[in-house]
Amino acid sequence: MAETTEAVATHEQAGALTPEHEMSHEEAANDRVMFGFWVYLMTDLLMFSVLFAVYAVLHANTVGGPGGGQLFSLKQALIETLILLTSSFTCGLGMIAARKGDKTQVLAWFGVTFLLGLAFLGLEVKEFAEFVHEGHTLSSNAFLSSFFSLVGTHGLHITSGLLWMGVILAFVIKRGLNKHMVRKLALLSLFWHFLDIVWIFIFTIVYLMAFTA
Amino acid sequence: MKEFFLGRLTSQSLPHEWFTIGGSAFFGLAALFFIVLLTVTKRWKWLWKEWLTSVDPKRIGIMYFIVAGFMLIARGGLEALMMWLQQAIGSSNMPGFLGASHGYLSSQHFQEIFTAHGNIMVFFVAMGFIFGLINYIVPLQIGARDLASPFLNTLGFWLYVAGVVMVNMFFFFGGEYAATGWLAVAPLNGIQFSPGVGMDYLIWSLQISGIGTTLGAINFIMTILKMRSPGMGLWKMPAFTWGSLCSMIMAVTIFPLLTATLFLVFFDRYFGTHFFTTTLGGNAMMYTNLIWMWGHPEVYVLVLPAYGVFTEIVATFSRKPIASYTTSIIGMIGVSLFALSVWLHHFFTMGAGADVNAFFGLMTMIIAVPTTVLVFTWIATMHKGRIRYTSPMHWFLGFMIIFALGGITGVMLGVPPADFQFHNSLFLVAHFHSNVIGGVLFGVFAGITYWFPKMAGFRLNERFGKYAFWCWMVGFSLSFIPMYILGLMGATRRLDTYDAATGWQPFYICMLIGGCVIALGVAFQIIQIIASVMEKKRLHDYTGDPWDGRTLEWSVSSPAPAYNFTTIPHVTTRDAFWEMKKQGIAKPQYEDIHMPKNTASGIYISIFAFFAGFGFVWHITWMAIAGVAGAIVCAIIRTFDENTEYTIPAAEVEKMEKARLQKEHEEYGDKPANTGPEYDMTLREFIITVVTWAWSVVRRKQRQA
Repeated sequence: MAETTEAVATHEQAGALTPEHEMSHEEAANDRVMFGFWVYLMTDLLMFSVLFAVYAVLHANTVGGPGGGQLFSLKQALIETLILLTSSFTCGLGMIAARKGDKTQVLAWFGVTFLLGLAFLGLEVKEFAEFVHEGHTLSSNAFLSSFFSLVGTHGLHITSGLLWMGVILAFVIKRGLNKHMVRKLALLSLFWHFLDIVWIFIFTIVYLMAFTA
Repeated sequence: MKEFFLGRLTSQSLPHEWFTIGGSAFFGLAALFFIVLLTVTKRWKWLWKEWLTSVDPKRIGIMYFIVAGFMLIARGGLEALMMWLQQAIGSSNMPGFLGASHGYLSSQHFQEIFTAHGNIMVFFVAMGFIFGLINYIVPLQIGARDLASPFLNTLGFWLYVAGVVMVNMFFFFGGEYAATGWLAVAPLNGIQFSPGVGMDYLIWSLQISGIGTTLGAINFIMTILKMRSPGMGLWKMPAFTWGSLCSMIMAVTIFPLLTATLFLVFFDRYFGTHFFTTTLGGNAMMYTNLIWMWGHPEVYVLVLPAYGVFTEIVATFSRKPIASYTTSIIGMIGVSLFALSVWLHHFFTMGAGADVNAFFGLMTMIIAVPTTVLVFTWIATMHKGRIRYTSPMHWFLGFMIIFALGGITGVMLGVPPADFQFHNSLFLVAHFHSNVIGGVLFGVFAGITYWFPKMAGFRLNERFGKYAFWCWMVGFSLSFIPMYILGLMGATRRLDTYDAATGWQPFYICMLIGGCVIALGVAFQIIQIIASVMEKKRLHDYTGDPWDGRTLEWSVSSPAPAYNFTTIPHVTTRDAFWEMKKQGIAKPQYEDIHMPKNTASGIYISIFAFFAGFGFVWHITWMAIAGVAGAIVCAIIRTFDENTEYTIPAAEVEKMEKARLQKEHEEYGDKPANTGPEYDMTLREFIITVVTWAWSVVRRKQRQA
């Protein structure tokens, strides 16, 4: 008996199965924003799906230039992947701290996430710069056009995620960890995990599969 | 240095041809007129506070109608007439005018016109009208006070406006629009074959308004799924809301594809990438695939809300519930699912092979099934109903005929071997105009007439509505039946001239006459609005329920108050208001109302987005960067504003409600006896009234002198 009441209480806390009109005005607004952000993430995913499809069609069109197998460094891609995965983990820890309302821990964990994101971005920029330096630019051939666009779009998302994270953290320092900030951090962490998932596909389809053929 | 500040803009870019001078003069004078009018009447503050920064979906809906209606008449409709005139006099045995070798337009100019006509009609007219209807009606139908994210909604609207401004910018700067056809297929859209700025204008006007559409659609999905009044399960939602939900879900599915594809074209043109080029490994047919993956479902995004409108209208005016609600809703869902897997029928001639063509051909025929189911539910709804032949019902019946024609020819086009003959012929052009005019535009007109009392507080003149309908119907037949025939005779689309020996000229002349009849229909629609405003008092909607309606929007007074509902209704059945009327409407219980505050953030972001686009068009790097950065900063400022709502206390609501009803009673008194459509102003009375008024003005001026 006690167990069922507890289960019901948890449900109500999560707001998952509670009809909208039984929530408070604020809970309902939170619930809507979360849902809307999920829909937005799906639209973003569809944009990536176009870029993936384009890469799938064009990746062999190197027109005599080097293919992915010759260009990519699997070691660097693996390091990037590990950095991003770790940043997702620290982002998760930051969210747990945010739910507890522990401001110091939030700043610490998201700070670590920010630095890891920055490191990932630095590695990616380094990779791009090397390619360009060797004369493999985005206008060299269709393969490189699609490679730079797909990976670059992901990098641009990471950049905007970092910008967003920086602004939120600045506001957390200034205004304190209020419920608006927790909600923003929750959205940001969704975005960050989403980018992680997209990266797993990039790592597999762009980097790993370049070495299979 | 000059290049840094102005990019590729030079004095050559300013208007110097008759149509750019004419266009920029028209827009310049129109702007001047409104600036003077607003200054003289001291309405600037009112405009800014009450309309431009409003987050009320009802206001935004009306602004959508105004912009879309303006684009329909000033650009899309005018361009249609210009093309028909060119074709009517463009026969090879006739002399050319205005320096053109045939007709009066050069080939280049003709191509720009049909490109702009397509872009404007789809993006800025049809989408604008559909979003207007959804904005106004959906919150009222689901018993909500506002939207899930009023900010996203204004942002979507203002991005749409930025797109509208962008598509007209070539009159002032550049003097050319894309000459590529509305979807601008590759490699024609590349820098090699379209080096001018026209193509860049196309990309950025579509890009900016397309992003606005995605944001708007996300907002409406949130609103419909999360904000329905208590008791309204999905299977109790009104049909229009269902149509809108299907349409918006499709919009968020396909518009990201458009955004990504347009970015790739932009990369090709700006950074020299090779996605769709003919050299260095690019694949032009990939563009055709990507753009039609968006393009085909897009027409269903437009037509699904129209299906919803017709379902509401046929039920109301037959005084019956929809025959088999469940079937018709499943029909709409079916259409939206199948719509995503038919895109390849636009280019069977690509040569994808028999199996691929067979699959898409079959899917194209299958999608006709749920649509036909819908048509049968409409017919069944009318069966044994007590039908009132009002003007919305006229639009509905006209739609049934034209849409059936468009649907049947669509199935013909869906047969791959036959399509090799129809491909890019006028037969195809006539087919899709049957669907977008007969389906979307008639749906919009029906919807606006039907819901006008709710929006304005008075209904429209029925007589002129019917005149307008008959002009559209006759004009459509005169224009598009010859077009079907010409297509079967072998006329391809987009011809500005043709050999006189083909004998096509009489058909083209017939099409021009049809176009003029349609223009007469538009004139009647304008007269209809003017005449209705003149008779506003007599046409006033005293009850809020002029048609004996079935859904919740009719339960509130007309025009709807800012907060829509004083009491959120509890719904137990479909056709919730019909049920309430049978059981007696409960007395209002006043409660605190939370309302969103007005915001100008959407306007600022859109202005920055516009300048970013303009910078990219003209290669003005600082402007592009400043535009993007400005938009981002504005968005950040907005999202960290925690003070976006205000609360009206229950006592205040009660006071406001009573004052409003009191004011209405003082203004209009009791309902007069002569409110029926048979008393509506006739054309003769309209002309006499206008002439008498004009004469009295002249007399007064003379007496003063």
